[in-house]
Amino acid sequence: MDWPILSTLTFLPLVGALFILVVRGEADVVARNARNIALWTTVITFFLSLLLWINFDVEEAGFQFEERVGWIAEGIDYHMGIDGMSLPFILLTTFLLPICILASWTSIQTRVREYMIAFLVMETLMIGVFGALDFVLFYLFFEGGLIPMFLLIGIWGSDNRVYATFKFFLYTLLGSVLMLLGILWLYFQFGTTDIPELMRAGIDPFWQRLLWLAFFAAFAVKIPMWPVHTWLPDAHVQAPTAGSVILAAVLLKIGGYGFLRISIPILPDATVTFTPLVYALSIIAIVYTSLVALMQEDMKKLIAYSSIAHMGFVTIGLFTFTPAGVEGAIMVMLSHGLVSAALFLCVGVVYDRMHTREIARYGGLVNRMPLYAFCFLVFTLANVGLPGTSGFVGEFLVLVGAFQVNTWVAFLATTSVILSAAYALWLYRRVVFGELTRADLMSILDLNRREVAILAPLVALIILFGVWPVPILELFHAPVENLIEQHEAALQGVRNTLSFAAAQ
Amino acid sequence: MLYGLIVFLPLIGAILAGLFGRWLGDRGSHMVTCGLVTASALLSVPAFWFVAIQGNVQIVELFPWIISGDLEASWALRVDQLTAVMLVVVTSVSAVVHWYSIGYMHGDPHQPRFFAYLSLFTFAMLSLVTADNFIQMFFGWEGVGLCSYLLIGFWYHKPSANAAAIKAFIVNRVGDFGFALGICAVFFVFQSVEFDPVFEAVPRFVGTDIEFLGMHFDTLTVITILLFIGAMGKSAQIGLHTWLPDAMEGPTPVSALIHAATMVTAGVFMVARLSPMFEYAEFTLMLVTIVGALTAIMAATIGLVQNDIKRVIAYSTCSQLGYMFFACGVSAYQAGVFHLFTHAFFKALLFLGAGSVIHAFSGEQDMRRMGGVWRMIPTTYALMWIGSLALGGIPLFAGFYSKDIVLEAAWGAHSGVGQLAFVLGIIAAGLTAFYSWRLLFMTFHGHSRASHDVLHHVHESPPVMIVPLLFLAAGAVFAGMLFAPLFVGDSMAAFWGDSIFVRATHTALEEAHHAPLWVKLLPLVVAITGIGTAYWMYIARPELPARLAEQHRELYRFFLNKWYWDELYDVLFVRSACAIGTFFWKKGDEATIDGYGPNGVASRVLDIARRAARLQTGYVYHYAFVMLIGLVAFVTWYLFIVGM
Repeated sequence: MDWPILSTLTFLPLVGALFILVVRGEADVVARNARNIALWTTVITFFLSLLLWINFDVEEAGFQFEERVGWIAEGIDYHMGIDGMSLPFILLTTFLLPICILASWTSIQTRVREYMIAFLVMETLMIGVFGALDFVLFYLFFEGGLIPMFLLIGIWGSDNRVYATFKFFLYTLLGSVLMLLGILWLYFQFGTTDIPELMRAGIDPFWQRLLWLAFFAAFAVKIPMWPVHTWLPDAHVQAPTAGSVILAAVLLKIGGYGFLRISIPILPDATVTFTPLVYALSIIAIVYTSLVALMQEDMKKLIAYSSIAHMGFVTIGLFTFTPAGVEGAIMVMLSHGLVSAALFLCVGVVYDRMHTREIARYGGLVNRMPLYAFCFLVFTLANVGLPGTSGFVGEFLVLVGAFQVNTWVAFLATTSVILSAAYALWLYRRVVFGELTRADLMSILDLNRREVAILAPLVALIILFGVWPVPILELFHAPVENLIEQHEAALQGVRNTLSFAAAQ
Repeated sequence: MLYGLIVFLPLIGAILAGLFGRWLGDRGSHMVTCGLVTASALLSVPAFWFVAIQGNVQIVELFPWIISGDLEASWALRVDQLTAVMLVVVTSVSAVVHWYSIGYMHGDPHQPRFFAYLSLFTFAMLSLVTADNFIQMFFGWEGVGLCSYLLIGFWYHKPSANAAAIKAFIVNRVGDFGFALGICAVFFVFQSVEFDPVFEAVPRFVGTDIEFLGMHFDTLTVITILLFIGAMGKSAQIGLHTWLPDAMEGPTPVSALIHAATMVTAGVFMVARLSPMFEYAEFTLMLVTIVGALTAIMAATIGLVQNDIKRVIAYSTCSQLGYMFFACGVSAYQAGVFHLFTHAFFKALLFLGAGSVIHAFSGEQDMRRMGGVWRMIPTTYALMWIGSLALGGIPLFAGFYSKDIVLEAAWGAHSGVGQLAFVLGIIAAGLTAFYSWRLLFMTFHGHSRASHDVLHHVHESPPVMIVPLLFLAAGAVFAGMLFAPLFVGDSMAAFWGDSIFVRATHTALEEAHHAPLWVKLLPLVVAITGIGTAYWMYIARPELPARLAEQHRELYRFFLNKWYWDELYDVLFVRSACAIGTFFWKKGDEATIDGYGPNGVASRVLDIARRAARLQTGYVYHYAFVMLIGLVAFVTWYLFIVGM
């Protein structure tokens, strides 16, 4: 590759957004063109990202497709590059964006142009965050992603959108301010914000802990972890369907990715110190939010709480520092990216028809919508982690990893096997099964072609990666092995210090 | 290739009928699914010949599945003697049930979906029994659970069916909770999830310790108990059995295939498959024996007083599964699997026969509204007799051979738990005979208690339902006498090869052959007594049962209400989970986190005093939440200690 494919990929959606910006004419012409341009841009971006995958070397543990250009100052470069841990997230993003555009095809009728621009800008920022190898660049993409999301909820959201955006903003602001302070400290201390260089910086353990907490604030809110999770259900409920899809599928993953890319490799000693805290919060997240999910009356809220529980698996897996645990955590993130997206799309399908998300307003949909019932079933089962769906592979690997580290953590996390089945199947039963009694549901229509085109690829991928996850798993092997080696070196360092202190 | 066809033909049928059922129509779906499953059944006969009779064990690697670090699990077909037996049971009963369903489901508007589920189930069960590693076994395990869920809830318009489906899935998941942890433990200890490497390594871990939940336990005991919890869930053993009777909400062919012949026996299969591990875990074997024996007797007592014809048979299944487990518990795995094999035929026969009865009574399942029809449906009547004779353990019928060897093995174990299992098993055998003939008498004899209209419509089932039953009846008569020498007799060692491992010191099955005459005769004596009592109470003195129930009111209600398991679980788990969920949501998230977090940020500054006052005025949930945070701190601290 002699052309900067990664940057091309990152900024291609922005080019599409510019095109939409210059579209002129009647309102409906503008809307139609905006939709078409957005769709084509995202589809081309997706195919371009496949090119990235084809040329990717899975044996290589280091960064590939690296680009470096002088930027803000000495030590703050425009540095991009990917490894096996970031590539799948880029693919997830580019795969979901066309689906999001299609999902908004008819449901968004106001300010279509601005809506499509917001989505394309968001795609650029999300690809950027997974490709950035400079901390300032990372921060820029990380924070930038907030703005289009904020607008999506604030402008195209439901009735209580102002409250949700306020909450969303408040939480993420708290985290990012602390992260920015951390980045500034790093820059003034080491004169660089280059991530690979910072990994080798060898930061003082005391400062590591402070920095770790600062970054933790940002990532824990994003992913989100208990108890800073309450912004998520509200944001999901208020966001338009495609906004929920992107929020659940990609934006949450940035938190997990942050741990992987920043906290664990740059701050290895502090990571060791805080691992028990992460376990405790994750376990609470799993049990607590699963139980809360059980009682929800709003479909989107239920799925949002279930997302938080799944993210508990991610944080456990990442901090087990076993190959199974870390690879499982990444797999959970990717699978959840597909499954939660699919579930929110399913809610969107009936919301577009009935304009309510209240579970009690539905029931017996299978009578009129067998195709919908089938898709929803596959997604529900994947959410439950049934073997043969992508949901199983990651969750199971996380449990295997957790068991090697701490049996209590594995034991408590496994309760999700029962709880997830309870809330997910109960939701399915209340919405899909039963007699069709409500008059306004009698004429509800099954999936149309556009909706089939949206959901069918998700069904196919969820089953494919459940049965044959090798092409995804093999991407992480080399970098994860690398990560664990570094971590073990750090652990050895901590042990030495401790035994040294004890000897004194 | 042969094995691949056996396993994947049903899957192809399921996909065709499931996705293209609309175009295939009812008739097309029947042909595709029944044809492919029958082909699979026919192919499993040569497979049985090659593997079990000639001893050609094969492992067919398909393609890699999960690879991560040292964990490697592939899709593979392991076909050894134990698998070959299961292949025959699963495919033949499945084929029979498929054909029978054509008649039974006649007129149902969703037949393609039904047949797709049945075939999908068959595939999942086959992938379970051919698994070569724990994870594929878990795939099949959860796969059959899914199909069971779908089929119990097949009539989705019935709220009771939906509730039963969810209950079945969730209770099974409680078992899978153990199974999943067990697999994690297996990998942790053995660094592999493939059967052969693990089995080879087992003897090296005898007597070693493992840290589990902060305490130290014997490694193999922990692993096998965790796995056994999975088996308890799937095979409806005491404590996790509550889903099985409710599962009768599904169409009757489903009950025959899944909840009698195949899926519920997966737990027994698992214990037999993992015999190289269980054999070295004496404590677990003891536990298996006790659980099996208690289930056998508990389910039998409940079966005595149920009035729904399918529920009686369901509790009977539960009870017979208990027999299989305590056989495994005393290391007579061969006897357990033999009982599994014969039971599959006669219990499927009883269920499908019951289906034929229900069909004849226009959908009625309550035996109190049946009776006096044996002349009108003679074939069904005769078939039910054959099934009951086999279940009751009457000589020459299949159940006689398998149940006797199970009981003799329990006696032959010469251990405390073995004796317990023997005694409870004998009592349960008497109860079994009693409730089987109670069922026969209430259903077919006496004055008819059905309405005139229903009685008018009583008719024999069509040939498409009767012919499959004849096949099962042949199994119920001959499966015992033909296969006893192979499964538990003189050629036993050659037949099973290395597929089942028994330690030399575990001689229950050997001792069983030298049991004294009274041990051999006792099951028959109690069975005949049971039949006699049933005759006396339901034919000779039909007023007696009601009087007896009146006299022993408490006991009767205890049995009738199924030992109050459901009520207990409802309070313990269902209601408390809902209550805690609501509490966390309203008081945790909304009142506390949001209240003090985003919503409180502004107001907190202003009226901090007022809030402090409110805290003191005693909002219980605030204190509770503070406790929760304390718990977090505590757990964190604990993990720090452990981690260091």
